[in-house]
Amino acid sequence: MLEIVNVSRRFGDFQALNEVSLQVQAGEFFTLLGPSGCGKTTLLRSIAGFDTPDSGDILLDGKSLLALPPEKRPVHTVFQSYALFPHMTVADNIAFPLRMSGVGKAEIERRVADVLEDVRLPDKAKHFPEELSGGQRQRIAIARALVNRPRLLLLDEPLSALDAKLREQMQIELINLQKEVGITFVYVTHDQGEALALSHRIAVMNKGEVSQIDEPSLLYSSPKNRFVADFIGQCNLLDGKVVSCDGATTRITIDGLGELAVQSNPNIPFNVGDDCALTLRPEKIRLAKSVAPESDEVHFPGTVHDMLYLGDVTVYIIEVKRDGHPVLIEALLANSAPGRARLLDTGDAVEICWPRDAGHLVR
Amino acid sequence: MKNGAKALLTLPPAVYLFLFFAVPGLLMLLASFRFPGDYGGLAPWYYVEDGAITFDLTLENWARLFETTLYLQLLLKSLLFAVLTTAICALLAYPLALTIAASPKKHRDLLILMVILPFWSNFLVRIYAWMIIFSPQGALTEGLNHITGLLGLEPVNLMFSSVAVITCLVYVHLPFMVLPLYANLEKHDPALLDAAQDLGATRAQRFWKVTWPLSLPGLYAGAVLVFIPTLGIFAIPDLLGGTNGIMIGNVIKQQFVESRDWPFGSVLSLVLTGITLVLVVLAGRLGRTPGALT
Ligand SMILES: Nc1ncnc2c1ncn2[C@@H]1O[C@H](COP(=O)(O)OP(=O)(O)OP(=O)(O)O)[C@@H](O)[C@H]1O
Ligand SMILES: [Mg+2]
Repeated sequence: MLEIVNVSRRFGDFQALNEVSLQVQAGEFFTLLGPSGCGKTTLLRSIAGFDTPDSGDILLDGKSLLALPPEKRPVHTVFQSYALFPHMTVADNIAFPLRMSGVGKAEIERRVADVLEDVRLPDKAKHFPEELSGGQRQRIAIARALVNRPRLLLLDEPLSALDAKLREQMQIELINLQKEVGITFVYVTHDQGEALALSHRIAVMNKGEVSQIDEPSLLYSSPKNRFVADFIGQCNLLDGKVVSCDGATTRITIDGLGELAVQSNPNIPFNVGDDCALTLRPEKIRLAKSVAPESDEVHFPGTVHDMLYLGDVTVYIIEVKRDGHPVLIEALLANSAPGRARLLDTGDAVEICWPRDAGHLVR
Repeated sequence: MKNGAKALLTLPPAVYLFLFFAVPGLLMLLASFRFPGDYGGLAPWYYVEDGAITFDLTLENWARLFETTLYLQLLLKSLLFAVLTTAICALLAYPLALTIAASPKKHRDLLILMVILPFWSNFLVRIYAWMIIFSPQGALTEGLNHITGLLGLEPVNLMFSSVAVITCLVYVHLPFMVLPLYANLEKHDPALLDAAQDLGATRAQRFWKVTWPLSLPGLYAGAVLVFIPTLGIFAIPDLLGGTNGIMIGNVIKQQFVESRDWPFGSVLSLVLTGITLVLVVLAGRLGRTPGALT
């Protein structure tokens, strides 16, 4: 439905977008995720029409949008700062796009009431934006962008100004709202947790390029490269070299850990001698004073180097010293029972192990 | 903050207003009911004779205001001049302020500096400059009369006319309109215009639905700053107006300086102050639109 084709954009000698291509399906909740300055807003502004790419094309339902000014595009934006008109009531704010497209008076009234119902603020119609809380303003901004039923709704970090509790609540509401109205959402955030929670699919961006586009679970379990692995969730990144590859199993050496067997990555072919990185999620690692490894597990002794109590879990940094170089590996223990939070202490000798297929091999 | 502390904070402005507005105002009010002194100034307003006080006050000064229509006409004409000046200033200042507010940040201060640059030279010198521009031998008049001659019309004289007065009034007061308008426009969040455009508003709709209503407080502030001094001004019509361009300020000055009739001068001043106060209160009401930028 929305197609971005080889879009590039340069500001001076800074390449903000570099050959970005992606496709968004109708009805999808699609997220652009990436660190600050990676070009998310620039891409969103190009879709809305506020910025023009230097090259490439942006197609909606097969037709190029580039020749259309923003006011002619069937695309509405929810701005990060809400951008509600301070001199208009909530009802007038929401009626604005309807008036601009010449909808009749009775129809406007009906649709404003409907959409206020959708965002669960039916009694705020007569209020001015300055009389609303941050979360309420956010919902009005979304209502205003939705009321004229755009083909595409663009949201640029719409929740970043809200506190954590409210943000979580708004995330749930956004998911439900999108399901209800069935409009395609393109959502920008630099918060990976938010992206994973909300999206059908995510495009991870880095330095103006798309690193990977996948469903949240696939992004998390099979990142395509170090950047994605590191950016999405907590991850151990262990640099190494390929020693041998034989179908399902690849043997690699990692500085400090020596040689170990890992599952091959069917999507990335490796040759002997290639540089590689093993990405290993902390929750996949078993950690205890002593563990009995299963037959398909690799197993290392270490000491607790540091610990970080997070409430639900405690993060342990384990130092493994096999052949001289110390390697730091992050592992978790859930604080599921009382007393478990203090099970291990800094300096304790421990053992860690993980199944061969727990790690994920990337370049 | 405690109530006591609040009262203490409002004390200095209250004292200031009392000393420099209320007291002189009340003195003028008293003067407007007194007789003029034999040699100008004011006659005593009470006598003490044998321990009894007799007041010597009159309504005559106020009655004089309505004896002829002259003063009311002049008042009306001055109001018209002030309204015209304010309107022309607004028409000229709005695009200027809009352009400055929309220009790159680094140029804005320089442009605003150019707006207030005329203030660096003396007010009277600037009026004299206009006398030269409007003089019958000036290039402007000669050029105009060359054209009227070609068209077979009577030659015009710009000097000592309402046109000369209003032109100079606009020239002098324009910065007072530009500055509050600019201060307002510069604070508008550009995201609002983006949002309006995103939601389907054309350039003209963006101006009339967003920029214009949000700029009204600035416009009202500018209008007050131009209107008030214009209404009471006497220097400009004195020098450029002749008999045609005379305004109420000239008559007030005349009463105090030449006719030495302070009581009647006080009557005229009070009327002017009253009109101004009413209009300022009205503008204040209008300027307080809900949700407008403050
Ligand atoms: N108009 C512009 N002129 C010059 N540089 C720009 C312009 N717009 C964006 N950039 C640059 O392009 C880069 C990408 O900007 P963009 O706003 O798209 O980042 P982002 O991914 O949205 O970041 P954030 O998460 O901080 O909002 C930034 O380094 C920014 O400085
Ligand atoms: Mg951004």
